Amino acid sequence: MAATEAPRTWPKLDVLRPVPSELHPATDNPDLLEINLGPNHPSTHGVLRLVTTLDGEIVVGLKCEIGYVHTGIEKNIEQKTYWKAIPYVPRMDYLSFFSGETAFCMAVEKALELEVPRRAEWIRVLFQELARLHSHLIFLGTGSVDLGGIALLFYCFRARDEVLDLFEMVTGQRMHPRYCQVGGVAEDLPRGFEPKCREFIAFMRDQVDQYDELIAANPIWLQRTKGIGVLPPDFALQMGMTGPNLRASGVPYDLRSANGGYGAYREIGYTPVTEPAGDTHARFRVRIEEMRASLDVIEKVLDGIPAGPVIADDRKVVLPPRHELHTSMESLIHHFKLVTEGFTVPAGEVYAPIESARGEFGFHLVADGGSKPWRVRLRSPSLVLLQSLAALCQGVYLADLIAILASIDPVLGDVDR
Amino acid sequence: MSDALLQVNSPTWGAPDQAAADRLEAALGAGVVERRVEHRGELTLDVPVERLPDVCRHLRDHEGYDLLSSVTGVDYLGYEGEVAGYWGGGADGRDLNRSASAGKRAVPEAPGPKRFGVSVALAKVLTVTDGDHRRLRVRVWVDEGEAVPTLTGVYPSADFHEREAWDMLGIEFAGHPNLRRILMPEDWGGHPQRKDYPLGGEPVQFSDEV
Repeated sequence: MAATEAPRTWPKLDVLRPVPSELHPATDNPDLLEINLGPNHPSTHGVLRLVTTLDGEIVVGLKCEIGYVHTGIEKNIEQKTYWKAIPYVPRMDYLSFFSGETAFCMAVEKALELEVPRRAEWIRVLFQELARLHSHLIFLGTGSVDLGGIALLFYCFRARDEVLDLFEMVTGQRMHPRYCQVGGVAEDLPRGFEPKCREFIAFMRDQVDQYDELIAANPIWLQRTKGIGVLPPDFALQMGMTGPNLRASGVPYDLRSANGGYGAYREIGYTPVTEPAGDTHARFRVRIEEMRASLDVIEKVLDGIPAGPVIADDRKVVLPPRHELHTSMESLIHHFKLVTEGFTVPAGEVYAPIESARGEFGFHLVADGGSKPWRVRLRSPSLVLLQSLAALCQGVYLADLIAILASIDPVLGDVDR
Repeated sequence: MSDALLQVNSPTWGAPDQAAADRLEAALGAGVVERRVEHRGELTLDVPVERLPDVCRHLRDHEGYDLLSSVTGVDYLGYEGEVAGYWGGGADGRDLNRSASAGKRAVPEAPGPKRFGVSVALAKVLTVTDGDHRRLRVRVWVDEGEAVPTLTGVYPSADFHEREAWDMLGIEFAGHPNLRRILMPEDWGGHPQRKDYPLGGEPVQFSDEV
């Protein structure tokens, strides 16, 4: 491929005024039509209400109204001990659920300065990538429905089921497994997991090729996506966009590789996937390529996973092994104290971001020295990326608004928390 | 054993960017950084509330902090009191049975002079050429009724974050073009994530009991 391509010139996209996240109609033409897209509409991927002003079929005004699935998770977590808060977090970004667990545990570990065994880090990477696959599969399936092609949805949901089977095999739960623990993961991989996972990788590689073939040369798909909603990288960054949407505009920024990566990505290595075009098509492409990259990472984990413990050996934080409870009084006391009171975390403010399926995802954690967090706030990639929607949609057709919304991939649980 | 372990402190922050803080003080005057806090390798700069946009503009234009990661409000009401926990014990603490808190401070000091802390997390993305992505946190302190100048003019992506801080904590952002509630209904009373806002006990919406 041509490495000497001239740097591309991006179309000018200014931050909207006066409100950066809202598009106001330029005229007060009485023929303009204001419609509510959502809050209950399949194309809004959850409960998002878009107050859209139309001039004929052209979008001239757009406002995102959110909060319909706000459940006060952050407030609830303040009442829970740290380890009881873990089940709440995957319910925020429910498509990339394992990222939530990992990010929360990493923030607590950072505040505790607790070291995590290598094997646990590798297992976390394995499941983060599986969760990413899960999220991208749903993105691709529902995104194709938004563009009018229903076949891909069934293919993607079939493959998604295989991902959930792997979660079930290891954790006993298909979604929201609470597998990640502060200090590591709850249990080791079961016998028979590796062959099943390798089988899945082969199956999935074939599937991704099929999806690719299904849409790569499809003229309707290309017409609906190419050149639509072009996102220049500097504008994306001004609006706080991270993750695949930013990489689809050619910026190779990925927390899995930035500064050498975090956790076991430091050992496994990762090269960010980018697409140069920055349009809706590129945002679909970048996720298809990321699925391939995720499969490569999963294979590397299976090939190179080190032996050893899967959870830290700090009895003041980590539950003792079950069998010790029958023989050791000390273990019983530790168990009791951890379950009833929880462990305490030194006072201070930490933030440990990870790369979830939709970008920089991390918990801003304020500890007060007690056993419950003082304040937890999710830096939610979906909340941030919704702000760019209005600017991307100025002057496009209503149908393209649906395509653009699908391509930036917000999850409303993550937006509203 | 130690070679079997990975470094926990997330490297996504890079090294604490003290040099940027030094240059910030050189450019905007010595009083602009009231305090530098380093915790777990994360550098936080406490700045006077009215200087916040200037500080952020300087960091954006001259230090390359081109991404506003988030704006987080924290309510520290009662923070320096007894620690939260099931068995908080009496005023003397509960030394004999404080399992994991042994050796740690049970009653933390107030981290700042006022009730609310607003943390602005910044990161370097596009401006980085040597692969050294760094992060920095700028923090201001306000009391009830005091306003923080908005950052939407410097980082447009502060829009939703500031609306959320207003909605959840009642922190006002002066000059914000659209400071409405964002997650709660528009006619909601109170700010739910304040520490004096109870969990539970609020009226059930859309029912006859309201």
